[in-house]
Amino acid sequence: MSNMILGRYLPGVSWVHRLDARTKFILSMLFIFVIFMANNIYGYLFATAFVALSIIMTGLGFKVFFNGLKPLAMLMLITTFLQLFFMNTGTVLVHWWIFTITTDGVINSVIVFVRFMLIIMFTTILTLTTPPLEVADAMESLMSPLRKIGVPVSELALMVSIALRFVPTLMDEAQSIMNAQRARGVAFNEGGLIQRAKSYVPLLIPLFVNAIKRAIELGDAMEARGYRDGEHRTKFRVLKYTKIDGVAFAAFFIFAIGLFATRFI
Amino acid sequence: MQPIIEFKDVSFSYPNAEQPALKNLSLQIQKGDWVAVIGHNGSGKSTFAKLINYLLIPTSGSITVDGIPVDQEHVYDIRDLVGMVFQNPDNQFVGATVADDVAFGLENRQVPREKMLEIVPDALERVQMNAYAAREPARLSGGQKQRVAIASVLAVEPKVLILDEATSMLDPKGRREMIALVHELKQELGAELTVLSITHDIDEAASADEVVILNDGELMGVDKPEVIFSDAERLRRLGLAVPFAEQLKAKLKARGIKVPETYQTTEGMAEWIWQLHSKM
Repeated sequence: MSNMILGRYLPGVSWVHRLDARTKFILSMLFIFVIFMANNIYGYLFATAFVALSIIMTGLGFKVFFNGLKPLAMLMLITTFLQLFFMNTGTVLVHWWIFTITTDGVINSVIVFVRFMLIIMFTTILTLTTPPLEVADAMESLMSPLRKIGVPVSELALMVSIALRFVPTLMDEAQSIMNAQRARGVAFNEGGLIQRAKSYVPLLIPLFVNAIKRAIELGDAMEARGYRDGEHRTKFRVLKYTKIDGVAFAAFFIFAIGLFATRFI
Repeated sequence: MQPIIEFKDVSFSYPNAEQPALKNLSLQIQKGDWVAVIGHNGSGKSTFAKLINYLLIPTSGSITVDGIPVDQEHVYDIRDLVGMVFQNPDNQFVGATVADDVAFGLENRQVPREKMLEIVPDALERVQMNAYAAREPARLSGGQKQRVAIASVLAVEPKVLILDEATSMLDPKGRREMIALVHELKQELGAELTVLSITHDIDEAASADEVVILNDGELMGVDKPEVIFSDAERLRRLGLAVPFAEQLKAKLKARGIKVPETYQTTEGMAEWIWQLHSKM
């Protein structure tokens, strides 16, 4: 049960796993911008090779990364088809009703598809090789300058970490409530859409009520243990940059320069 | 000697409640004692516990812990002195892992990280959970989570440990282990630790130094367990269970066998029966 939503993380001992979560986070963000420097086939080949190399280095195999594309497949296809049908420059290949497929349309849709795929696969490296908690820590660390303008960064980070910690607990609870309701004759996943949605009401109400009760008790427990606010605390868990983070940044920098260079081929 | 916890004429009502949850409670708890608080559901046991570390604020009266008044001004001093373990193992596990949870109280007290790295494994060692330091709560049993909760409390070295029905959601084995653990810690720390155990478990209460009975928000008596538990009639009237040994005694008495007058633990009773048997 506990590996449904957050089970994306796959433990491992690769270099990529050992990178600081902040490094992976920053590089993922940078990649989204850097990929737009590619403007010809060599650029995309180079970028694809870089992503493939990164994936190989995680030691997890390509399959899990392709699985990661599935939830976004619809979005990718729609964007690709929009490019294909509504790009009107270039030589016309097919013309039917309001749709016109042109050479530019084909080229552009392929580019959009490849770009999309590379971005998703590269950012998936972060979620597959980093425990969710470390991602939360990385975000806290990277957002800490926002504290100056009054954003309660530490509180937000604590909230995220507690939310992550309670996901398996609430999943188990949902399962037992479902079983309890089934024993009382509620049929889940049967009938039409509205019927199905309705059948979830007897699951959601007790789940929410219990979640609120838990929150109240957790609040008491936190206060009893001396919690005041997010600012006046020391931190037990810390993120540390190591040498391999330097190597990763350097490698990415070389990749970015290389990608820029392909524009002149 | 100054009592570690003192209640002076304390009353408390929950908002919108018709009846006060506690009525004019005055009580002293001595340093180093193991005190059990018993009473049926809704008798005000948990309210009593929560008043001690300012999770609830008394409607009237005053409370002191180790001479420090329990009020808004001293709330964090009080919480340094009083550690609490609650009933539900899941709802008091704040950290993402065992080590994080133990560190939570230390982080709140701004203990430097180097210090935490020493204290956390120490505290886990004392509850025999150091092998689980990196585990997430989802992969622990209820009993293990409660041990972590005790370690989290011990890490900040309180003078009072309140167990608010801390064993009631555990299976019998987990319950026995947890009580044994607290007994062990109590022995180790001696008079430095006062244990206040709010409980439904009569056998656990029977092993305390003092027993406090609450009934509908009123104090019904404070006495040694042997005195409290030998009055089976009163226990039944207050809606409480009678310890097994006392039930046995009553049944034997009904058959005309002369039984000891004072309170006996289950082991004490077994011993007495053996002696009786060898005399026959």
